[in-house]
Amino acid sequence: MATPIFESIQSQLGSLATASSVSHGTLVVEIAPAALSGLVQTLKSACKFDMLLDVTAIDWPGRQPRFDVVWHFYSTTHRVRVRVKARVPESDPVVDSLTQHYGSAAFQERECHEMYGIRFNGNADLRPLLLYEGFVGYPLRKDYPKLGEQPLVPYREGFDIADRAGV
Amino acid sequence: MSAAHPTIPISPAGGKSAAFEYLTTKKDELCGWARKFSLFPYPFVTACCAMEFMSVSSTPYDTDRFGAALPRFSPRQSDLLMVVGTVTHKQAPILLKVYEQMCEPKWVMAFGVCATSGGFYQNYAALAGIDRVIPVDVYIPGCPPRPETVIDGIMQLQDKIARQKHIILTKDF
Amino acid sequence: MDMKIPNPVRPAFTTPQRDDTVIVNIGPSHPATHGTIQIIAELDGEKILRTDVHCGYLHRGFEKECEDHTWHNLIPYVDRLNYCSALINDFAYCDAVEQMMGVEITPRTKYLRTLLAEYSRLADHLTCIAATLMELGAMTAFLYLVMIRDYIYEHIADLTGARVTYSFGRIGGLARDLPDGWLKRLEQILTQYEEFIGRVHGLVDRNRIFIDRTRDVGVLTTADAIHWGYTGPILRSTGAARDLRKDTPYLAYAELDFEVPVGIKGDNYDRYYVRMREMDESVHMIRQLIDMLPAGPINVDDRRCTLPPKPLVYGEIESLINHFKLIMDGPRVPAGEIYVAHEGANGELGFFLVSDGSGTPYKVHVRSPSFVHMGGAHKMLDGYQLADLIPTFGSINMIGGECDR
Repeated sequence: MATPIFESIQSQLGSLATASSVSHGTLVVEIAPAALSGLVQTLKSACKFDMLLDVTAIDWPGRQPRFDVVWHFYSTTHRVRVRVKARVPESDPVVDSLTQHYGSAAFQERECHEMYGIRFNGNADLRPLLLYEGFVGYPLRKDYPKLGEQPLVPYREGFDIADRAGV
Repeated sequence: MSAAHPTIPISPAGGKSAAFEYLTTKKDELCGWARKFSLFPYPFVTACCAMEFMSVSSTPYDTDRFGAALPRFSPRQSDLLMVVGTVTHKQAPILLKVYEQMCEPKWVMAFGVCATSGGFYQNYAALAGIDRVIPVDVYIPGCPPRPETVIDGIMQLQDKIARQKHIILTKDF
Repeated sequence: MDMKIPNPVRPAFTTPQRDDTVIVNIGPSHPATHGTIQIIAELDGEKILRTDVHCGYLHRGFEKECEDHTWHNLIPYVDRLNYCSALINDFAYCDAVEQMMGVEITPRTKYLRTLLAEYSRLADHLTCIAATLMELGAMTAFLYLVMIRDYIYEHIADLTGARVTYSFGRIGGLARDLPDGWLKRLEQILTQYEEFIGRVHGLVDRNRIFIDRTRDVGVLTTADAIHWGYTGPILRSTGAARDLRKDTPYLAYAELDFEVPVGIKGDNYDRYYVRMREMDESVHMIRQLIDMLPAGPINVDDRRCTLPPKPLVYGEIESLINHFKLIMDGPRVPAGEIYVAHEGANGELGFFLVSDGSGTPYKVHVRSPSFVHMGGAHKMLDGYQLADLIPTFGSINMIGGECDR
């Protein structure tokens, strides 16, 4: 399938990746958070991954380190995708920002920050994007309750925030 | 909806004659008829219900037959606030601000289940029904409601407007 | 009214750069921002100097909601992402789960899903163009296009039961098969579509006013587009012929004969024209698929995801337990991760699913094209007039449900 391309990418990435495999047609590369910048530079220039598709995180509360930060890249020339994963602990959830390499990183990192609390070094604008000013907490973490609403406008008489508890 | 207005007793008190009561009733009927057929909606559009709102405004369903064709995108110039789609907690201050900026008489229509009760979004982000922040006159269920349901809702609102008391000159008339 | 209404956003800039510039707020309750986008713009007269785009007013907590439902139960939520072309979302999600489970769909479903995806894409482009033209003042074109879209909605309601959001895809197939006479009505609608589109072309394509308002407005270069993550009709309007249906074919696209229309300058006119041509290509594909549709079952006969037939459920205990487990626990998807992308009406619609082996997803993340496009929208807005914001925004086709999830 796309295996020859994946093999060439794996050899170009070399020791920057701690582990790599092919899963459901995507090359999955695991790295240490500090190796991100070097890896992305190689991916972008040598391997021609010119589009950053997605930045997100996965929360594994029982595990140390707690979060998996996941990036997806696409190459418009080779037409394949690469998934890059890095593990960050809850005590220091910091990774480098990719805003100087890819413009699409700006909004994606803002969303990942407000949903999981991952901080992106180098992204000056981490204001809430999908959430609002004054929202406390990181909703997509597993310990945030689904019904944990924080209304901006006080409810009218007769409506109590505790009404939703039984839903 | 209008602020609390005084109820008029059956046996006219305060020196009001039966002729005055007859005038008031006829005035209410006339104003109700005029207001129900000249609604100026403010489409507060957020989500998927917008698709059905577009359908109900155009052929073959057409709100123009009810006089409610011309949307006014300024709250100062409209009298029917149609809240179309999910209102989230982030959007709630905007909704309240627009509602406060509208002048009396004004009516609110909750279009779709998300505006009525939050729909199936029961989580931290969605407001579980706009009646938590503003008073609502008619609720239209559906996800999204068929245009016929919307028209039924508009007609029920028109009945409500026709039966209402319309205070135009003084607090009694 | 003494209560202070709180401001949900923090603008990026609050003081004007110069003495003679002014900062205005556009949206989020605004007819032309498609409901839920707020743009804080600094204006020098009528010219936009810089913008700060705020989305998130329709964030409905899709990802958190998904973690509480079974793999099957969240199909209605998936529908409401890009609600203009809901079937494409359904099938992309079902495809991702099926690949993770190792389930192969039947041939009839493969062609039927392709046909319905193209039909949905038609409805989406009709909506986008109708809204853009109406905002520019062409009410007649809006009414023509929305009429065709209404026929499409009624027609899909004959099949799925709903007009706008269908919940029609199932893991392993579809909810039900085509009713009698459905394909005949399809051909009638396509013929009427061609007649109406011809009229819209005649009204708009060489219209001096339309060209003046859209040519060289909102220009995006290919390099910028790729840097900011644009895919779909916007990328194609800049001249790059990138389409997931051709580059990495899925469903039945490898067997179809179609072109990928590209633009020349990446401005609003090109985006409008690329969408018009894509609609024609979709109709061409639908006609090919009507001929190619094989007979056969629509649901794969795999007890891991497909409900057993009712006579068996009431007859034997194994099927009863199977049915019960599928409904209560959901289909068990092996632990792992997958990212599957389909070509949505706006571009690359990707589903990143993480499973922990149970019937409930561990994480469902949507790579939504509209969200990424909003990140780069300022490239198309800065430097142009305030009135140009309207057609530019319309041509980006930001769908709130997809952008904010």
